[in-house]
Amino acid sequence: MYVAVKGGEKAIENAHRLLAEERRGDRQVPELTIAQIKSQMTLAVDRVMTEGSLYDRDLAALAIKQARGDLMEAIFLLRAFRTTLPRFAMSEPIDTTNMKARRRISSTYKDLPGGQMLGPTFDYTHRLLDFSLMDDGNETQAEQDQNADPDADLPRVTTILNHEGLIEQERPDDEDAPVVDLTREPLDFPAGRDARLQNLARGDEGFLLSMGYSTQRGYGITHPFAGEIRMGEVEVEIVPEDLGFPVVIGEITVTECEMINQFKGSATQPPQFTRGYGLTFGHGERKAMAMALVDRAMRAKELGEEVVAPAQDEEFVLYHSDNVEASGFVQHLKLPHYVDFQGELEMVRNLRKEQIEQQQMLKAGE
Amino acid sequence: MSQDTPLLSVQNVGKDYGETIGCTDVSFDLWPGEVLGIVGESGSGKTTLLNCLSAQLEPSRGKVIYDTRAEGPRNIFEMTESERRLLMRTDWGLVRQNPRDGLRLGVSAGANVGERLMAVGARHYGDIRQEACDWLEKVEIDTGRIDHLPSTFSGGMQQRLQIARNLVTNPRLVFMDEPTGGLDVSVQARLLDLLRGLVTRLGLSAVVVTHDLAVARLLAHRLMVMKGGHVVEQGLTDQVLDDPQHAYTQLLVSSILQP
Amino acid sequence: MSATETLEGYNFAYLDEQTKRMIRRAILKAVAVPGYQVPFGSREMPLPYGWGTGGIQITASVISADDTLKVIDQGADDTTNAVSIRRFFARTAGVDTTEKTEDASLIQTRHRIPERALKEGQILVYQVPIPEPLRWLEPRETETRKMHALEEYGIMHVKLYEDIARFGRIATAYDYPVLVNGRYLMRPSPIPKFDNPKMDNMPALQLFGAGREKRIYAVPPYTDVKSLDFDDHPFEVQKWDDCCALCGAEDSYLDEVVMDDKGRRMFVCSDTDYCEERRAQGHVGPLGTSPGTPQAAE
Repeated sequence: MYVAVKGGEKAIENAHRLLAEERRGDRQVPELTIAQIKSQMTLAVDRVMTEGSLYDRDLAALAIKQARGDLMEAIFLLRAFRTTLPRFAMSEPIDTTNMKARRRISSTYKDLPGGQMLGPTFDYTHRLLDFSLMDDGNETQAEQDQNADPDADLPRVTTILNHEGLIEQERPDDEDAPVVDLTREPLDFPAGRDARLQNLARGDEGFLLSMGYSTQRGYGITHPFAGEIRMGEVEVEIVPEDLGFPVVIGEITVTECEMINQFKGSATQPPQFTRGYGLTFGHGERKAMAMALVDRAMRAKELGEEVVAPAQDEEFVLYHSDNVEASGFVQHLKLPHYVDFQGELEMVRNLRKEQIEQQQMLKAGE
Repeated sequence: MSQDTPLLSVQNVGKDYGETIGCTDVSFDLWPGEVLGIVGESGSGKTTLLNCLSAQLEPSRGKVIYDTRAEGPRNIFEMTESERRLLMRTDWGLVRQNPRDGLRLGVSAGANVGERLMAVGARHYGDIRQEACDWLEKVEIDTGRIDHLPSTFSGGMQQRLQIARNLVTNPRLVFMDEPTGGLDVSVQARLLDLLRGLVTRLGLSAVVVTHDLAVARLLAHRLMVMKGGHVVEQGLTDQVLDDPQHAYTQLLVSSILQP
Repeated sequence: MSATETLEGYNFAYLDEQTKRMIRRAILKAVAVPGYQVPFGSREMPLPYGWGTGGIQITASVISADDTLKVIDQGADDTTNAVSIRRFFARTAGVDTTEKTEDASLIQTRHRIPERALKEGQILVYQVPIPEPLRWLEPRETETRKMHALEEYGIMHVKLYEDIARFGRIATAYDYPVLVNGRYLMRPSPIPKFDNPKMDNMPALQLFGAGREKRIYAVPPYTDVKSLDFDDHPFEVQKWDDCCALCGAEDSYLDEVVMDDKGRRMFVCSDTDYCEERRAQGHVGPLGTSPGTPQAAE
């Protein structure tokens, strides 16, 4: 006799219990604290905040802890929390020109007003495992960058180019139109630049990196220069309805990248440089740069360039950039599909049966 | 539709690309059963003109008026998109230079021919297949290959398949863009023979763009010679080719027809 | 079963009321234009995309405290994903849940339509992975929307033509395309084509939610739903040589259960509620035992 399998409910409960145990790990080792993650896993926190599109270091750290260090899972947790939050106000655009920069580099000018500032970067480290970190309590003290003056005026490289009219003007299509909110409205095509940038900012770093990389290898080449990359703190302002003027509600860390791209001109536009833009929460330079490349690549149609490569195809890029969507749909293949599979089984069996019958009939006829 | 109304009436059509002229000041009438050849070297604007006439490109100025079956003469650019698309897949045909652009390469020859029938509502598999078979025969493709993919066909066969795919809904007007381009000479001759036969037998009207004056002489009743976006000469094919009036036409004829 | 304690800190049925209103507006539009895919501001849900977020958002938007909810996956009430979604609503909405098709006012499903005919007043919510029926033929959204607007569906028949030319029959076993109300081409979600006839003129309201793709569509009660076919190759559904091994049913969709590694298998109803109900009535299949008095299989 056969009894159909029951007990899905019990199985799920057991799975959750096992998961909690695995997360905690060896009980001889002290439990990881949110404060530790927040202050020592800062780049993981930054990535989770950016792709989770919620600036909250504590919650991001909590998500990382709960997700056992799986950053995509942590991003998903943060997104699912964010979606339930009430919307009190829209912030004013942040002013990155007035950033209190901790890092600021340009690859287009040797020196520029405000200077280059290396800041905390892996760039010139030798990637040698530092075995001294194996032991706890091996602290080093960093010195403040001698050249850095956090209050220095930092004009943008693109503004410098703009004085000569060598770079395109950057203006929204319609100043008064509300900015699209992709967490509230479905993506529509053709997508405006606001929707594209928002999608990319939330998009998966790995995906954008590969897409950006592909443009450099010739699949939709944009001849980019890293005009400027800056990282530091900016103020966030809102305009409360009953006040009517902006009020600072806090400070966030962001990384901004402006790529400058060659453009040979078209029927309506003179030869000039064009821009690609990238922005992340926290310190997310790799992502900001990749984002800027892909942003520029997707402007191909607008600039009259031939659309031939995946990175230039906005439907392709924007529909596949989100890792919460991608991870869910790829992993839904784990769910039972036996009803559909049964249909296919029956189909293949019948087709095979018919083929064998036909062959037998042919044989008999010979 | 009546005998004294042209099938297609083109009035002062022009298309600009920014500062550059694609084609300009083109006017002509095309009568039922008539084949018009547009000749000129590459860059003369003949393909731009064909794209404007076949509603693939909106002209910068001028009118393209087609004598529709249901409502008589209408400017195709004042129709709704759905009317225009219906026209394009029923009463019109479009044969592209590269058959790969005009065929669905992922489906069989039979499906390629049957697609237009299904698009206008044919729902009997057997009938669709029979019709596809008939058309394969008419364009001299072995009906045993009805279930083969076009990618397994030679260039000449692909081009003939594309013609069958277009003619299956009995269109009255066919646009052809260098229909024999890219084929070797012997294959070209066979295709031209076939095309000429079909056009005569079915009483088709056609606009044929070609840089090959031999093709024009064989297919077209009337010729239009283009240079730099302008029509420099037009008239009956034999007249234009045997007694060219414009210097450019004289140059064309002498450079090609002289042994 | 009933769960009265709901999740602290969250609104009834998880979504905030404003979001529910937005989704209900999309549903109304979908009902007004049967088969048309209405874009909506799909929210990020605490369950992964592809696992029923579209269906869950619809359920959350139409459910009320006096509803009785049934959730099935592959026809069964106790597959893990069905359990997980049912628990989600038991926790966030505190509604009564049931496994009985007859008792449910709201049924969320993945991949099946219950065998027992649905009735007026019931709502069937489908989870949809890919809503666009033309997607495999045309990957571009901008183009497929135009094809829908202009009713250019010939290419769908080209695909069916190819099937017949190659296999002698239409080789689509599930997610079989339908024409709704004589106008819009629609994907019924990956239900087996066995279930397609149930959609036609169904007394219950059918709602379809695709969360990741951000589309909602609907088939109002008593609406024509026609499975595409050719006059000389009419649409037909799967048939089995076997009956259900447990309840003996010959009219239900059967799951194949592999019993050992020697290729022995048996077939059982995929709709667990239907199977149980039949057994409770005394029907017994070749491998089943009746819960009451043992009776011979019919």
